[in-house]
Amino acid sequence: MSEGDFKIPVGPQHPSLKEPLSFSVALKGEKILGVDIRLGYNHRGIEKACEERTYLQDVYLIERICGICSHAHSTAFVQAVEEIAKLEVPKRALYLRSLIAELERVHSHLLWLGIAGHEVGFDTLLMYTWRDREIVMDLLAEITGNRVNYGMNAIGGVRQDIDAPEIKKILEGVKTLEERTKYYIDVATEEATLIERLSNVGVLSKDDVLRLNTVGPTARASGVARDVRKDDPYAAYGDLHFDVITDDHCDVYGRAVVRLKELMESYKMIREIVENLPEGPISVRAPRRIPAGEAVSRYEAPRGEDLHYVKSNGSDKPERVKVRAPTLANIQSVKKMLEDRYLADLPIVVAAIDPCFSCTDRLIGVSDLDKNSGKVMSWEELVSYGVDWYRKNRGVDLSKLNESFVKGRKYS
Amino acid sequence: MKMKLGKMVMQVLQSVFKKPATLNYPAEKPAAFERFRGEIKFDPSKCIGCKICVKDCPSGAIEIKKIGEKEFELSIDLAKCIYCGQCADSCPKKAIALTNAFELAQLNKENLKVTFRAESPDEPERNPLEDD
Amino acid sequence: MISALFSILIFPGFLFLSTVALYAEYFDRILYARFQNRKGPPWFQPLADFIKLLAKEDFVPTEANPGIFRLMPLVALASSVAAFLYIPLWSVNSLYPFSGDLIVVLYLLTIPTIAFFVGGWYSTSLYARIGSVRTITQMFAYEIPLFMGILAASLLSGSWSLSDMAAFYAKNPSYMAFNVIGFVVSFIALIGKLEKAPFDIPEAETEIVAGSFTEYSGKLLAFFRMTFDIEFVVGASLLAAVFLPFGLTLGPILGFLVYLIKTFFIIALISLTRTVVARLRLDQMLAFSWQIIVPLALVQLFINIILKGLLKI
Repeated sequence: MSEGDFKIPVGPQHPSLKEPLSFSVALKGEKILGVDIRLGYNHRGIEKACEERTYLQDVYLIERICGICSHAHSTAFVQAVEEIAKLEVPKRALYLRSLIAELERVHSHLLWLGIAGHEVGFDTLLMYTWRDREIVMDLLAEITGNRVNYGMNAIGGVRQDIDAPEIKKILEGVKTLEERTKYYIDVATEEATLIERLSNVGVLSKDDVLRLNTVGPTARASGVARDVRKDDPYAAYGDLHFDVITDDHCDVYGRAVVRLKELMESYKMIREIVENLPEGPISVRAPRRIPAGEAVSRYEAPRGEDLHYVKSNGSDKPERVKVRAPTLANIQSVKKMLEDRYLADLPIVVAAIDPCFSCTDRLIGVSDLDKNSGKVMSWEELVSYGVDWYRKNRGVDLSKLNESFVKGRKYS
Repeated sequence: MKMKLGKMVMQVLQSVFKKPATLNYPAEKPAAFERFRGEIKFDPSKCIGCKICVKDCPSGAIEIKKIGEKEFELSIDLAKCIYCGQCADSCPKKAIALTNAFELAQLNKENLKVTFRAESPDEPERNPLEDD
Repeated sequence: MISALFSILIFPGFLFLSTVALYAEYFDRILYARFQNRKGPPWFQPLADFIKLLAKEDFVPTEANPGIFRLMPLVALASSVAAFLYIPLWSVNSLYPFSGDLIVVLYLLTIPTIAFFVGGWYSTSLYARIGSVRTITQMFAYEIPLFMGILAASLLSGSWSLSDMAAFYAKNPSYMAFNVIGFVVSFIALIGKLEKAPFDIPEAETEIVAGSFTEYSGKLLAFFRMTFDIEFVVGASLLAAVFLPFGLTLGPILGFLVYLIKTFFIIALISLTRTVVARLRLDQMLAFSWQIIVPLALVQLFINIILKGLLKI
């Protein structure tokens, strides 16, 4: 670094980041020379906490990993458990799960559109899209009972059913939203200042996508047709008719277009689900103890592919739960996208991958390939390891907290 | 893509003459939904003391205490409750139901522990739990 | 002497200007809110913000130069108020007209920008430094078109004094129509000067926290924000005096009303522009300014030079 270069920290607290992550940006004037990324500020020990609770309680815990993709995590977990237990979920339940999934996708993409507008200083778009998002939130509250963290899934099916009055409201709401979305597509493709800010920013070629393994709309905007709903259909997606939207712009503008067009596809799918809802029960009875086995389940969250791995050992608590959120796959590409760009592009490039660090911050085990050894720690070992590390490296003594964490737990 | 400057001008000018989309809370309240998961309500006459609700609660917020022959009281810590409704689903006698109440904030954290007894099933007592 | 002090401090000087500035900020914010289908703040919001900031403690960062850090808000406030004294408001003469006061007004309006730069630079915080450099870079983009647009109008009238210009246009009102291009050019350049969207790059909240004002708090921040509002009113009044010089001979009461309507019309236009566009990047703004706005200003200058010869005024 020569004279005139300096490093500024963006994060962990910054007005442009909705969730904490830390960038250390090396700048020369306004040009970015390089970026160092640090994650981990939202780690809450959810995977370990899952092992202390029964499967029934875990459904609610996993749902609260993230507020925007809560149904995504809950469904992926429940699908994995149902696969291990070999449960036959009724068709009506699968359709209802897909209905809530598509409504969640609508609300997440509208939220993203507002945030993208805010990051480039276009607050009007933020206010208008979030006003229209209230229609979806009210629909979800009518059907499931809450605006976020829907609590719709149970092991073996869903918990709530819908009737004719709800169906009527859904169709009306979707009709209004379709007109508004068409207007936003016009605004995004014609408003000159918006196009200027979003074009040629955050460019990721097709080869980069395949090499860095990005998922979701970030990959689809570079022409890679990767969508779990088509590649590996789950829930009711095998029966539904929809297209996988790709775009060739390879930049943030392409990602905006992909998300907007996916909104239109979602409205089509919601109508198809509601008009073809099969009759029948909404859940089967699930055993409390799940037989031993392991399963991987994939789900297309609004941000990309969400992967859950569950291993059971015959008791009523899981042995291991692992969650790989889509943002973890996408965050590697931010470094590539910010090469040779201006500081002013950093917020919109980060916002374009739709980061959700509550989903992402899980424990990654790094194993030494030569020695081929792994280490599994118990709860007590983990807590004492943390206390020792902080005493040695930060000079802080947390052993008093140790007692209440290990001994004061009062779950069933 | 054809580019226009100020594409939203017409929409924006029309908004001046429309009613604002803001809800004047607390003067106006949002619409109440039938399935809304708010505070719980407990009917002591139906409870049989099986304690399935205590076992199934994801956050360990409920406690059932026996205060007489076939009489039970339910204490819940509203700060721990996640308003999921699993207790209502698990109860074999449907003694627990969820209401629409969501304005539950208190200035004192101890007031968030409520107890439902047979004398006053509709108006729960807000008092700190006694140590067993 | 007493009447001079009254004019400078009370009406139409500091107190009147501050009140109009606070009301202009309220007007701008309520329009912005209504355009976005929201409710907007109550009428006393800018005054409440000002009073609240006065009551807070002002920190000076350890490595900053405390003298300059505290001085810059006052310099900015003083120069923007001083510029107001030479603009004809509701009569053909301003308070203290003299030949060449146009240049003095433009010069006085540049000082706040330099004060923002110096204040941000001497804050020694990284975000403040980046913000202050952006302020100065942006000045390269809009100062020239602003000057050229206004000077083109004064060229037609043949005088360097704002009051004489106003008198000239009052005598020949139809000549206002020749300055339309200049009006558009100066309007866009004024948005750059006031740092409102699409040119609010120096204070981009989502990129560099608060730019030059990151380390300012308490009464120093209150004065900086008041400078912004006063610059808003002074800039709008300047544009109204140069490009919309009608209603200046109607006498004190009607003239005052016409002045208010003209100024708030320009403020409303600025609010509308702020609502419908996104923020441009610094390099895009410089390109836009030098490739489109400056040539337009040059066109206006040529038109006025030719007209002056043709009309033999």
